[in-house]
Amino acid sequence: MKVLVAMSGGVDSSVAAAELIDQGHEVVGVTMRLWGGESDTGCCSVSDVDDARRVAQQLGIDHLVFNFSEDFDKHVVAPYVQAHVDGITPNPCIECNRHLKFDRLSERARILGFDAVATGHHAQITRDQDSTYRLTRGHDELKDQSYVVYMLDQAELAFTMFPVGHLTKAQVRDRAVALGLRTATKPDSQDVCFISRTGGRETFLGHRIEFRKASVITTDGVQAGAVDALELVTIGQRKGLGLPGGGPKKYVVDVDMPNARVVIGDEDQLLRTGLVVTNVMWAEIEPTIGVTVLVQCSAHGAALPAVVQSLNPLVLKFEVAQRRIAPGQSVVCYDPTNSFVLGGGIADAINPINN
Amino acid sequence: MTVDAPISQSIDKNNLSNFVYLDHAASTPMRAEAIAAMAPYMSGMYANPSGSHRFARIARKAIDEARDEVADVIGCKAGEVIFTSGGTEGDNATIFGAARRKGGIAVCSAAEHHAVLHCVENLNGHIIGVDATGVIDVNALEQVLQDSQIAGRVNVVSVMAVNNEVGSISPLRQVAKIVRANAPSAVLHTDAVQATCWQDLREISKLVDVMSLSAHKFGGPKGMGVTMQRIGLEIDPLIVGGGQERDRRSGTHNVGGIMATAAALRETDSTRDVEIARVTKLRDALVDAVIAGLDDVLETVGRDKRVPGIAHLCIAGCESEAILFLLDEAMICASAASACASGAMEPSHVLSAMGIDPKYTMGALRMSLGHTTTERDIDRASTALIAAVHQLRRNKTMSKTMSKTTHKVSASK
Repeated sequence: MKVLVAMSGGVDSSVAAAELIDQGHEVVGVTMRLWGGESDTGCCSVSDVDDARRVAQQLGIDHLVFNFSEDFDKHVVAPYVQAHVDGITPNPCIECNRHLKFDRLSERARILGFDAVATGHHAQITRDQDSTYRLTRGHDELKDQSYVVYMLDQAELAFTMFPVGHLTKAQVRDRAVALGLRTATKPDSQDVCFISRTGGRETFLGHRIEFRKASVITTDGVQAGAVDALELVTIGQRKGLGLPGGGPKKYVVDVDMPNARVVIGDEDQLLRTGLVVTNVMWAEIEPTIGVTVLVQCSAHGAALPAVVQSLNPLVLKFEVAQRRIAPGQSVVCYDPTNSFVLGGGIADAINPINN
Repeated sequence: MTVDAPISQSIDKNNLSNFVYLDHAASTPMRAEAIAAMAPYMSGMYANPSGSHRFARIARKAIDEARDEVADVIGCKAGEVIFTSGGTEGDNATIFGAARRKGGIAVCSAAEHHAVLHCVENLNGHIIGVDATGVIDVNALEQVLQDSQIAGRVNVVSVMAVNNEVGSISPLRQVAKIVRANAPSAVLHTDAVQATCWQDLREISKLVDVMSLSAHKFGGPKGMGVTMQRIGLEIDPLIVGGGQERDRRSGTHNVGGIMATAAALRETDSTRDVEIARVTKLRDALVDAVIAGLDDVLETVGRDKRVPGIAHLCIAGCESEAILFLLDEAMICASAASACASGAMEPSHVLSAMGIDPKYTMGALRMSLGHTTTERDIDRASTALIAAVHQLRRNKTMSKTMSKTTHKVSASK
């Protein structure tokens, strides 16, 4: 097959390219240029492009650079900024996967005559008995990234390859060392690629939006503190709320954007059993109402059992109450054996069961 | 979904002679005369020409002769020739050098090469708009120079002789007239990097105070340039040190590079008229073939308004990167706009300054011809381009149909 492998300049996608060559595919590497502004190395900076190109040269494959910075601004950076304005938790990496890697890039690959797009994500694509594609967790459970690619539907799964999904991270690094790739010991990228470590989120957003001051009140409406930047407050947050020291631990339990108020409460006031999910898509078919699924709400969070209470909108009821999921977080449902993705969506601001 | 077979699977990509090189505006193959001229100074005659011994004098004589030769082709005095590292250095040295000497305001057109544009932006200078062909709007230039806030403070005006992307020829005579009348103390600089192969430099140099050239654009070596700088201008050197080039540009002379530059420039000058006729024919044949084979293709600038070497097209319904990939698969070397540090294609600041409909600019393609271009190159390029655009347009339609039948979710807020 003719495969276009997205090479970020990291070790996983480097080894992904090597695996594809081993499998006998005709492989072309591509690095997407996404962010033109200031950033650290980590994902797609010029030095990462250098790494990707050098790896491609070592492997003897062509390497291209596609400039998708306009799409990145539109689909990742602007929504990231807007999410803060709206008091919603942004998911830039997931939106980048959705709109850049598995939409823009795979569309480009199709048009150019490629048979598949590959990435270095730790996830696996398997087939069940009736040939349906399944997005399955990566072999290395600590590095599993099926959560961040949950949006892949059958058509995209059929067009996508994850060549390192069956390997552990240690095996990936060993392979890179054996091949003498310069990315072998490169640390994993951790942070949002367009936010620099020195400036941070505050500086980045400060250049783009005006922060609003907000009062911090208790669930009973008693004034307790103040924040300078309402847009930077997250549900579950404990620090930086201008609260006096001592006393029981207080958490942000709600962010009231229209009235510029941050509501704090005790940990139990943060707990919820219900969760409404919007923009839901299912990998194959909708689950039956009443079934129990495993629900994961962050990249490396635990998948917890919840019952599907309704489908439109999707309402989930956790067996054990857990801390409120911030609106905007991606919510991914796995099968009861916790091995493959059933579907997912975005946590809504509404909480149906307030207990 | 079905996919097209690659256009040219049969081509041996490891065989360099299979390349069809239509990127002469990016760089040209070195002329045999240039390679021959530089070789002796890289092995036998390696002395530093600034030395005082007999061996050094051999090298000194060589560069003195090369300078005379360059001056003759440019139409200036030998003392006005400065050997540099290339066009970018010439542009930077002139604009920053003038600013360093006496401050003031730098002015250039919006379609300048980044080597000029970024200097002027860095100095918070004035950028003048361009017309639909990409050349400076002379009325706007005049207005800016007559503006009461600006008049008398402009220290350098930089206007390219020929645009590097679309090939349009600037009205330098008019520009010179306006600058002399309204900003008599300003240095008038032209980046003539893309003009050298196609225009008599004597006609350009007489209009301006400073002219920058790049050797590898006319069959010389990379890393070499020539700046013609009139005597007595208020320009500080950008590079100081040993005082070479009459203190205007320090650094040990690249003797071999200078010899090759002079040889390439001489050859370019003496073959120019013949090449203009030959390349114009090839370029027109290429564009005619492409337009005959494809719908909705825009010839960006009229043929009478641009140099023979550049065929710039805007192809609707395609993206430049995709076109370039398929041409690359067929071993056709072309370009879209300027590449950034990562190697990605940047959206063209020239096309956006020209005000061209984005429907067309997204499919911008520059094919640039030169002294090695043949009829066979043109045939292969036009065939490959037509096939590539057909594939892209067909697959795009299919890809659209497919995504409509697929359940996609929209972004979260």
